[in-house]
Amino acid sequence: MTSVAETSPRKSSYGGAARRWSAIVWRELSTVAITMFGLLLITFLIARVVPIDPVLAIVGDNARPDVYDAARAELGLDKPLWQQFAIYIGKVFTGDLGRSVLTSNTVVDDIKRVFPATLELATLGTIFGCAIGIPLGVLAAVYQGRWPDQIARVIGLFGYSIPIFWIGLMALLLFYAKLGWVAGPGRVGVAFQDFVTPITGIVVIDAALEGEWEAFWDAWSHLILPSSVLALFSLAYVSRMARSFMITELQQQYVIAARVKGMSEFRVIWRHALRNAFVPLITVIALSYAHLLEGSVLTETIFAWPGLGRYITNSLLNADMNAVLGGTLVIGAVFIGVNLLSDILGRLVDPRTR
Amino acid sequence: MRAPDTPTEQPLLELDNLRVNFHTATGIVRAVRGLSFTLGRERLGIVGESGSGKSMTGRAILDLIPHPGEVLADRMVYRGQDLLTMDKRTRRKLRGRHISMVMQDPKFSLNPVQTVGEQIAEAYRVHHKASAREAKQRSLAMLEQVQIREPGRVYELYPHEVSGGMGQRVMIAMMLIAEPDILIADEPTSALDVTVQLQILKILDDLVTQRGMGLIFISHDLHLVQSFCDRVIVMYGGKAMETLPAAELADETARSRRHPYTLGLLGCLPDLDHPKAKLATLTRDPAWLA
Repeated sequence: MTSVAETSPRKSSYGGAARRWSAIVWRELSTVAITMFGLLLITFLIARVVPIDPVLAIVGDNARPDVYDAARAELGLDKPLWQQFAIYIGKVFTGDLGRSVLTSNTVVDDIKRVFPATLELATLGTIFGCAIGIPLGVLAAVYQGRWPDQIARVIGLFGYSIPIFWIGLMALLLFYAKLGWVAGPGRVGVAFQDFVTPITGIVVIDAALEGEWEAFWDAWSHLILPSSVLALFSLAYVSRMARSFMITELQQQYVIAARVKGMSEFRVIWRHALRNAFVPLITVIALSYAHLLEGSVLTETIFAWPGLGRYITNSLLNADMNAVLGGTLVIGAVFIGVNLLSDILGRLVDPRTR
Repeated sequence: MRAPDTPTEQPLLELDNLRVNFHTATGIVRAVRGLSFTLGRERLGIVGESGSGKSMTGRAILDLIPHPGEVLADRMVYRGQDLLTMDKRTRRKLRGRHISMVMQDPKFSLNPVQTVGEQIAEAYRVHHKASAREAKQRSLAMLEQVQIREPGRVYELYPHEVSGGMGQRVMIAMMLIAEPDILIADEPTSALDVTVQLQILKILDDLVTQRGMGLIFISHDLHLVQSFCDRVIVMYGGKAMETLPAAELADETARSRRHPYTLGLLGCLPDLDHPKAKLATLTRDPAWLA
C-alpha cells in the first residue's frame, strides 16, 4: 500500500540535523560580520562628517599652528581616509574607543559602568512587560470583543499614549513620596553607594552573589519603579501584538483538530495556539527589548538612573564625540546581538525554519 | 472483523430537527434548517454544494460551532445519552473518545510546531490514563494500522516534513487512537492527489469496518459517495432534500423516484463515456426550502 512517493522527502537523522545547524550558524555569523562592518563604517563616517574638529577639542581655539598640526598627526588625521578606517577598526577590536572629554575616563570604562544599569532596567522591564502583556493579549484574543478585550485595549492605549515622563513622575509621587513603598531616584541608596563590588555590574545580581541582602533589597527597591514604567510601554506593545497573532492562530484548522481530539480549552489555547503565536512574537519582543536597551533617556533622567541613554545624551550635548560614537557602536552591537538571539530562539520554536 | 449490525441494536446517533443559526449584525444566517437522521454502524454520506450545511452538521454534532452560532434540535442523542442537556465538560470528553472527525487538509489541521507523534500520543492521553511510554507505544501501533511503514521514524517528523497522503494517515491515526464509535470525515480526500485518494479511502474503510464504527462521510463528490457509502443524504440550503441508498444514485430505473435536486446534481457531472456538448446547470426551486 505504501509507495515510495509517500515517504518523507528528507530523512531526519542526527548527522543531518548537525549539518543543518552548522549551515545555519555559518549563515548567521556571516550576517553578523557584514552588519558589524557596516556599523563600523557608519560610526567612522559620522565622526568625519560632524562639524566638530576633534583636534580643536583637544588643543583649544588659540593653539599655535604647529601645536595643532602635531595634535592632528597624533590623532592620525593626516593619513588617508582608508588608513584611518583600518586604524579605527583595529582600535575597536582591541577595546579602544578613545577617551571621553567629559568624564576623562576611557569610553570603554564609562560604558562598562553605564551599560549594566541600562541592561538591568531594560531586562526587568521586558520581563514584566511580557509576563503581563502576553497573558493579557491571549485573553484579549480569546474573548475578542468582550470585556477582557476591552480592558486589554484600554491598558494598551494607556501604555502607548501616556508620556513616560508624566507617568514616571506620578509613580514617584505616589509610591515613593506618598506611600513610601519603594525607594526614590538613583540606583542604590546613599548608604549603599559603592558598597557592592562590581562583578557583573548589575547591582541586584552582584549583591545577591556577594550575599549582601540588605544591599540587594535596597537596589531592588530602587529598580522596581523605573522598570515598571518601562514595562508599561513594553506591555502595551507586546499585548497588542500577542492579541493579533493569537487571533490568527485561533482561526487555524489545527486548533479545531485539537478540540476534536477532546483537549481542554486551556490546553488548546496555551499549548497549541500560543506556541505557534510565539514564532512571530519572539521578533516583536526582541525589538522592544532592543529599543529599551538603547537606554530610555526620559526614564533615566527622571529616576536619576546612570544608564546608557543619559550618558550618550550628556556626551552629545557636550560635543564629546568619542563617547557618542562609542555609545552608538554599543547600541548597534546590542541590536545585532538581540536580533541574533531572536533568530536562534525562533528557530528553536519553529521546526520549519531549521 | 465484527459482524454487521443487527437492526435491533440501539442507534449510535439520533438527530431530530437539527438547526444551526448564526446571529450576525445583518440578521440570522440559517446554516442548517431542520435536519433529521439516525446513524447506525454504517457509512452515511452527506453530499451537497458548498454552503449546503454539510460541514456545519458535523461541527454541530461535535459541539464545535464557533462563537456567534447556536445549535438547536428537538432531539440529539448519542447512544442513549442526551447531548442537548449534557454539560460542556462531558461533551468535550465525548470528543475524540466517542465521536471524532477527520478534517480536510492535513497541511493545516496538524499543529506545525509539534511532531506528528506527539500529536497522536496527546490524543490518546487526553482520554486514557497512560504513561508517556505507553502512549508512544500505542501511537506507533496506530501508525502501523494506517499503513505507515516506518512508524518509529515518522513519529519524530514534523507536519511540514510529511506528504499530503501521509499527513492524512497521521490525521486518521490521531482521530482514531482513542477508539471512537462515530467518525465524521469532512471531505477527507479533497485536498489530496487523485492517486493517493483511493489509498486513504481504503485505509479509512478498513478501519471503520474492522472497528464497527459509524461513519458520516461529508463530501461534494457524488461518485465517491456512491461507491463508498451505504446511505446518502442529499443536502441543499441546510435541508435534506432526500435520503437514499447509495446504490440508487446510479440506478437509472430509480430516476423517477429521485428528488429533482439530486437529478440536477447528477446531471451536472461530466461523463467520459458519454461526453456532452454542454454541461447542465442546476436549477433551484425556492419551494424546496419552504
